[in-house]
Amino acid sequence: MATISRSPQMTPELIRSRQRHLIYTIAWKTAAVLVLAAVSSFILFPALWMLSTALKPDDQVALANWIPRPPVWRNFIEAWTSVPFTRYTINTALYSAACVIGETLSSSLVAYGFARLRFPGRNLLFGIMLSTMMIPGMVTMIPQYVLFSKLHWVGSYLPLVVPKFFGTPFFIFLLRQMFMGIPEELCEAARIDGANEFWIYSRVILPLSKASLATVALMSFEGAWNAYVGPVLYISNTKLYTVQVGLAMFKSSSQTEWQHLMAASIIVMLPIIILFSAFQRYFTEGAAISGGVKG
Amino acid sequence: MAATKGARPRRFALSMRAKEALAGYLFILPWAIGFLVFVAGPMLFSLYASFTNYNVTSKFDWIGLANYKKMFFSDPFYWKSVWNTLYFTVFSVPINIAVGVVSAVLLFQNVPFQRMWRTIFYLPKVLTGVAVLMLWVWVFNPQDGLMNNFLRSIGVDNPPLWFASPKWSKPALIVMSAWSATGGILLYLAGLQAIPKQLYEAAQIDGASGWRQFLNVTLPMLSSTIFFKLITGINGAMQYWEAALIVTNPPGSPSNSTLFNGLYIWNTAFRDMKMGYASAMAWVMFIITMILAAIQFWGSKRWVYYEGERR
Repeated sequence: MATISRSPQMTPELIRSRQRHLIYTIAWKTAAVLVLAAVSSFILFPALWMLSTALKPDDQVALANWIPRPPVWRNFIEAWTSVPFTRYTINTALYSAACVIGETLSSSLVAYGFARLRFPGRNLLFGIMLSTMMIPGMVTMIPQYVLFSKLHWVGSYLPLVVPKFFGTPFFIFLLRQMFMGIPEELCEAARIDGANEFWIYSRVILPLSKASLATVALMSFEGAWNAYVGPVLYISNTKLYTVQVGLAMFKSSSQTEWQHLMAASIIVMLPIIILFSAFQRYFTEGAAISGGVKG
Repeated sequence: MAATKGARPRRFALSMRAKEALAGYLFILPWAIGFLVFVAGPMLFSLYASFTNYNVTSKFDWIGLANYKKMFFSDPFYWKSVWNTLYFTVFSVPINIAVGVVSAVLLFQNVPFQRMWRTIFYLPKVLTGVAVLMLWVWVFNPQDGLMNNFLRSIGVDNPPLWFASPKWSKPALIVMSAWSATGGILLYLAGLQAIPKQLYEAAQIDGASGWRQFLNVTLPMLSSTIFFKLITGINGAMQYWEAALIVTNPPGSPSNSTLFNGLYIWNTAFRDMKMGYASAMAWVMFIITMILAAIQFWGSKRWVYYEGERR
């Protein structure tokens, strides 16, 4: 477009064609903004509605107004204390921490093996590992429940935490991709100095992969924090509930006081919102790597 | 002399290689144990259990194909759950992909307020878990929910009852999943980023319109990303049921309109404790998933373009 003034000979046809091009561009951009605005309102309105409801006085919940008058911040405290959410939060935090440690540690070990060491059957085993990602959770859930009930683990957190210490295929895949990108010369140098593979893994590879380990740890935390089916299946003692189970029970137990349900929901989502916003960069990266599955 | 001289380094190399292999097996050992104990073993067990009347506590008798016969020929709930799952898959997967591709292509253009749009599109990625399902229960509340407030304000006199209506409960779930899918545009944006600019320049020189550029450059170059989303989308939709468990009360209501295949298996296994029958249904689900994956990979050879692929 900057070339308009520089064009040596501006014939009327050329000017008209440029104008047509300009009108076309403006029309296209307007259409694009309109579509984006429509999709954005579809995304935004439910979220704002949630916030609005959470702050409404009891008598305004059924009304269609968007601005609560006055905003009732007390709703958050009431929602939180009407059910032992503090206890659920502690339960969930401990459980999630165990999952994060287990998944990150074991997945990185296995990923190192697949990324950097040659052994017979490696590609076959890696293929098997990838294909297990396709297995519907339902297929393994039933026999796993039988296994854990025979071990008398039902009712405890063991069925939810112990399997995480044996690696998670998706995280193994992500970390393997990252480890393969680290120059081999660094490991070779250490190997010549007589370092064993575990030393190389823990002193060379891990320190160079902090960003991807953080990505995996955050995704693992999200998975554990948001897990519902596992906890609801294995945890029956109300004192051991996680926040997600507590929230679902809160809905069915209360006479659906929407302002309280929305307030509690916002608090439960808060850790994920904060972590995701703070580490957005890592997640973008994780999404980009996982896109590599397709290639 | 020459032979021994030659043999020494070779034995050294061999032992190096053996050492490396041993280390490799040790590193992947956690996964291998987990695979045997938590995946392969349990799956073989459930395959066996699918031919029995297993109920965890008392019964474990071989009943041959009875479970499979019952499933296919005399269990209307099974077919209802298959129908519900197909309905959800057929609508949600294409809608989610279309919303994702269109949003990403628009966001990728030089449109005003780009940062703002991107932030908004990121929102469904951070609003997750049971909480966001609670939000949707409230949004779709027939009397006071946001959706029907909106529909009434634009002149719809009798808006749908959503989760209280067998006809509208699945569309409500499809809307929910479309909302969450907008958070998945990151992958499309990454795919768009990878398209060489020269292709568009060449198309412009040839006088291709914006629409033709979208059809003939963007879509083919994005096909591998779309294909990836298609596989994971269909796979996810076939196993969709957790949201229904949380959103509907009792799960699967009204009139079993949200009784998805996974939910029916869950109810059979953990409410009715009919583990044998549930295992049979789970295995059928597994086989269907595998067949679909095979079809998709076979089909992808025909219409997916991988850059830098050697054939």
